[in-house]
Amino acid sequence: MVPVPYRVLRVSRDTHDTVTIALEPPAARDTPAAGTGFAPGQFNMLYLFGLGEVPISISGDPAKPGALVHTVRAVGPVTRALRGLRRGAVVGVRGPYGSAWPLGEAAGHDVVIMAGGIGLAPLRPAIHDLLAQRGRYGKVVLLYGARTPGDLLYMRQLERWRGRFDAQIEVTVDAAPPGAWLGHVGVAGTLLPRAEFDAARAVALVCGPEVMMRFAIADLRHRGLAPEQIYLSMERNMRCAIGLCGHCQFGPAFVCKDGPVFRYDRLAPFLGVREF
Amino acid sequence: MARSAPQTLRTLTVDGLDALLQALRRRGYRLVGPTLRDGAIIYDEIASAADLPAGWTDVQDGGTYRVERRNDQALFGYPVGPHSWKRFLFPAATRLWRARRTDQGFEVDDTREDAPRYAFIGVRGCDLHAIAIQDRVFLEGPHVDPAYKALRDGAFVVAVNCGQAGGTCFCVSMKTGPRVTAGFDLALTEVLEDGRHEFIVETGTDRGAEVLREVPAADGPPDAADAIERTVARAAAQMGRTMDTTGIKELLYRNLDHPRWDNVAARCLTCANCTMVCPTCFCSSVEDTTDLTGEHAERWRRWDSCFTMDFSYIHSGNVRTSPKSRYRQWMTHKLGSWIDQFGTSGCVGCGRCITWCPVGIDITEEVRAIRDSEAPPPGGTAPPGHDGSEEPHDA
Amino acid sequence: MRDLSDLLADHPFFRGLRPDDMALIAGCGSNVHYTGNEMVFREGAAADHFYLLRHGRVALEIASPERGALTVLTVGAGDVVGWSWLVPPYRMSCDARALEPVRATQFDGACIRRKCEEDPRLGYELLKRFAGVIGQRLRATRLQLLDVYGTRV
Repeated sequence: MVPVPYRVLRVSRDTHDTVTIALEPPAARDTPAAGTGFAPGQFNMLYLFGLGEVPISISGDPAKPGALVHTVRAVGPVTRALRGLRRGAVVGVRGPYGSAWPLGEAAGHDVVIMAGGIGLAPLRPAIHDLLAQRGRYGKVVLLYGARTPGDLLYMRQLERWRGRFDAQIEVTVDAAPPGAWLGHVGVAGTLLPRAEFDAARAVALVCGPEVMMRFAIADLRHRGLAPEQIYLSMERNMRCAIGLCGHCQFGPAFVCKDGPVFRYDRLAPFLGVREF
Repeated sequence: MARSAPQTLRTLTVDGLDALLQALRRRGYRLVGPTLRDGAIIYDEIASAADLPAGWTDVQDGGTYRVERRNDQALFGYPVGPHSWKRFLFPAATRLWRARRTDQGFEVDDTREDAPRYAFIGVRGCDLHAIAIQDRVFLEGPHVDPAYKALRDGAFVVAVNCGQAGGTCFCVSMKTGPRVTAGFDLALTEVLEDGRHEFIVETGTDRGAEVLREVPAADGPPDAADAIERTVARAAAQMGRTMDTTGIKELLYRNLDHPRWDNVAARCLTCANCTMVCPTCFCSSVEDTTDLTGEHAERWRRWDSCFTMDFSYIHSGNVRTSPKSRYRQWMTHKLGSWIDQFGTSGCVGCGRCITWCPVGIDITEEVRAIRDSEAPPPGGTAPPGHDGSEEPHDA
Repeated sequence: MRDLSDLLADHPFFRGLRPDDMALIAGCGSNVHYTGNEMVFREGAAADHFYLLRHGRVALEIASPERGALTVLTVGAGDVVGWSWLVPPYRMSCDARALEPVRATQFDGACIRRKCEEDPRLGYELLKRFAGVIGQRLRATRLQLLDVYGTRV
């Protein structure tokens, strides 16, 4: 349970406060345990020497094992320092930890993905996987909402996905400056009535701020999905990542080891309870 | 819990008990047992039976604790004090690893100094269960905690059947005592009757039997089994508190918005005393530090508490800002969600959280208030959602 | 071309209406189209119509003298637009502008409103449905207002 030093291969700037960092594992002979294998939805603990450690979802393509990719939004001391890293810097990595999106169970079903803000990052490996094995699934829909056009992640990739014509990719923003944005305006849920999928045979994957997820789930339920068809990725204070430190409890669950991906019906009684 | 197979009970005199302690020391164990210090009976390293609090007891109630003289020379004539054994198995601060900068970035050294081998003297039923509960947390999940494992593997447990319960005890309700049934190497029952002062010894493990063979112990006496039952029956009759645990998880889950949480929040100081004295509370923080040169870093684990504000911090905010939500988290975890997480209650009925709460908040009373509000007692007039037995408080 | 009644019967918004109600509403509908950038309606105008969008997207906007037209929401095929015809003072509450070529069915709200006044049962049926649209708009607007993706600093 100690961090393994990885080297920064490249840092790309996504938005004013968000970067995507690709990490190269150390040579296998030094640390046999190190690698880049993970399941979509899992996270790593990223450590900066002496400064601290933060849980960050893995946002890369699971089929490309050369590098471990994380998208980091600068919101605290450690994430701000991560945003400032250059090629060659060293980041300690523990993981991967946590539960994964139910891609196996989703085979043969329509898959509708609702992402809000940085919530697209932990969903991106799942989207890579869905599109790589497109034939295994029914319809694939991504509804992605962000604050403004300038806050959108992975725009070039979204365009490429849209260009495949075998997935419905819809992007929306809460607000846009006049004239500069020709896309959708409104929260992700407003796109749901126009999303093409069969509610009876759909699996929904939801990730974003908790309020956004609550509203998205209400919209999905309204569209006809049962609680058992909806999965969400929760955020709580994760310190040890292995269920020992107690910080990330959400009722019966430890978000770090039982989650972060949960089937909604398991959390439904507690979601929305104030200060839970 | 299954009783161990019928066995020959043995008896030690007070001197024989000391011989047992010395036999454990010879085997390399560091003795830890109850001893009187600063007006409380605490657990600390002891050298011999002479360090045990002979002739002392304590008086406990919500928010109060004081030691008193007994009118005999009992060595275990008191219930549990502020310390629990987690202090030794799960120390308040543990260095998890240290690291130094290198050309390759950094190098982590997580080798541990050899863990001390403790012999715990006088572990009560409640605390035996508490150790078993922490075993589930640290040893029986998907991730084993190596620091805890090293200390736990080395520990020798001399349990004691409680003959003296306290004002805040409720192990009978939690089915954790006073009789010890498992999880010990040796178990003592202190018999102080008709001028007798001796210890009946039950053997729990082979290594317990082995140590006992080195000590001058006698067989019997013939009424040994009855003497044990008489002793624990006395303690069972002294329970100062009770808790009805029927459907308690569901009770708490369906009352997350109960007005009683506001009532308790008006009294709770969020001081975290209850979590510090609780023998099962296991939450910890992780702290990364460097020295002034920036060349060396360490990671420390320290006891943390769900009563602190930052406990629930997620970027740019804390989830549980109100005392109400933090008390609710502690109590619903301890008595409810713990069952979902670990298949057992997190409460062993030791009563420490009641005794050491500076304002005397009583977990048994809080449960009762919520339960009674759902089903008012016959003839009672309290409407659902409000309890008629509110304690006075400044609101 | 399919009959307008069939189209309405398939739409979730109109589902469950009595056939005679459906026929009445269909009788008040006519097909309209707008070129990209064309105004569908303007804030403050008499609210005599509502729309069922069938193709293309429409921006609901509020014009601000110093910032220009601020888009509050974009709507598209399948969406019902316009609820002001049912609620006094029967004035449009924002601008609606076609973002691309738009085909829609326009309903004569003023006519249906008169029927509703005569037949409160029909009025209640429609009010329930349009209250749903208003509720959705309100929920979406609240969520936008919360700025859930912003950081609290």
